[in-house]
Amino acid sequence: MLEQLLYFVQQLLNGLTIGSTYALIAIGYTMVYGIIGMINFAHGEIYMIGTYVTFIVIAGLAYMGLESLPLVFTAALLVSMAVAASYGFAIERVAYRPLRGQTRLLALISAIGMSIFLQNFVRLSQGSRDIAMPSLITGGWTFGDPSSFEASLSYMQVIIWVVTLVTMAALTLFITRSKWGRACRACSQDLGMTNLLGINANNVIALTFVVGAALAAVAGLLLGLYYGVVNPYVGFIAGLKAFTAAVLGGIGSIPGAMLGGLLLGVTEAMTSAYFSSEYKDVVAFSLLVLVLLFRPWGLLGKPEVEKI
Amino acid sequence: MLKLENVSTHYGKIQALHDISLEVKQGEIVTLIGANGAGKSTLMMTICGDPRASSGTITYKGRDISKEPTDQIMRTGLAVVPEGRRIFAGMTVEENLSMGGFFTPSKRYKDNMELVYELFPRLKERENQRAGTMSGGEQQMLAIGRALMSNPEMLFLDEPSLGLAPIIIQQIFEIIAKLRDEGVTIFLVEQNANQALRIADRGYVIENGHIVLQDSGANLLVNDEVRNAYLGG
Ligand SMILES: Nc1ncnc2c1ncn2[C@@H]1O[C@H](COP(=O)(O)OP(=O)(O)O)[C@@H](O)[C@H]1O
Ligand SMILES: [Mg+2]
Repeated sequence: MLEQLLYFVQQLLNGLTIGSTYALIAIGYTMVYGIIGMINFAHGEIYMIGTYVTFIVIAGLAYMGLESLPLVFTAALLVSMAVAASYGFAIERVAYRPLRGQTRLLALISAIGMSIFLQNFVRLSQGSRDIAMPSLITGGWTFGDPSSFEASLSYMQVIIWVVTLVTMAALTLFITRSKWGRACRACSQDLGMTNLLGINANNVIALTFVVGAALAAVAGLLLGLYYGVVNPYVGFIAGLKAFTAAVLGGIGSIPGAMLGGLLLGVTEAMTSAYFSSEYKDVVAFSLLVLVLLFRPWGLLGKPEVEKI
Repeated sequence: MLKLENVSTHYGKIQALHDISLEVKQGEIVTLIGANGAGKSTLMMTICGDPRASSGTITYKGRDISKEPTDQIMRTGLAVVPEGRRIFAGMTVEENLSMGGFFTPSKRYKDNMELVYELFPRLKERENQRAGTMSGGEQQMLAIGRALMSNPEMLFLDEPSLGLAPIIIQQIFEIIAKLRDEGVTIFLVEQNANQALRIADRGYVIENGHIVLQDSGANLLVNDEVRNAYLGG
């Protein structure tokens, strides 16, 4: 009985861990969609680049003999956020801004093109094989009876939660308290009106890409350290999952992206544990299909009011 | 202060404004009246650069603004209360006001906020309420308050009385007159011709995208054509 409970708790912990990183990536999709009504298909690649930069920074600092864990972690976090943010900025300038006002399909094709470009750019510069990184943070706690089932909670998992929570809190403060953050919300409600108040909506859109990319880099760092491995293709599936999470929670809604990410992570973990890990993607995407059928605006989104 | 010369505006192939010439002098209330679909909103928004004039010149404080981007135009002392109010419904009253005061220097910002709350005590009471949940009159007050947050020298109002109860309309016209007395130049678009002409120094009448009449507010009020078409005989 206790054993089964521990097993369940273990899956819940694993699910919340993965789910919180999905949520971080999903916020980027949802913020960009909220403001320009477009899915940024290159967003998963930003996450992947975040992991690469993390690995490069850690390897570089180790080479220089720097091993203080808090220092290495902070440096990797800041550098990968900064690099990802500049990619986000550049992508918006190069791939989306020139197409603003054209049909949606053009922007969609441009987004997919950008995603393929980034994937191959990383493949050519870093190689297409897995790159592994020895664990930076090891150890954890275990609960239960070693002779039957023992649940474990690693330090890395706790770090993932704490960093995710702090990041989300910072984002919430930014969009509710700072004037540029408020402008992001204003733009997503009425972009033209924001311009009429003298605020350059193009700058606000660029900022949205930058913020979303920086959050994806945080996820890139966390999941990179958690799995300890990266290749140029990890952005595709992570992007798809996070996109699912964003739609699940209600695309355009930031709390929705947070909820959708956690829900998706937990669903996947439970499916892997109680059915088979081979079904986890099937169940995740079935969940998406169900939501799209019965609640197309997502769990926390608002039903689209037809604009006339 | 503001001068339009032969301004035309198109929506695609359809021409909505035909060679409009019009002037608003400093300290005036100028009103533009006309039937639904005559082109009033289009004219006001063309000055803001959205949509853009397809020909003609728009001079504001001596500078041609007809080719400038909207956000740049709106940072030169103009503020607009657009048709349908366009408040940010998902944001609180205070957040809406803060968007209006985006470029207001921080030492001015607090004073402006207080002035708006003094003008509309209702907004102070609802400071932290989501704007979309307020009544139409309160939303209109918010739209005006938001525009005032930037200390505009010139204020555009597009049918501020539309859909409001008479007592609220009365209040809004009183505030417009008060703003003028404080030195704000006002360009007022109205279908409510009677009240608009009463407070206006001068008025223009627009029909199918053409300015067909212009005169002082008092003269237009007693003009037979205007009486028949817009004042119910
Ligand atoms: N966004 C638009 N696209 C196409 N035509 C428009 C648009 N907005 C207004 N019009 C047309 O331009 C004309 C003037 O409209 P408008 O300026 O809104 O009039 P008013 O404010 O006087 O009621 C109308 O014929 C209207 O159908
Ligand atoms: Mg109108």
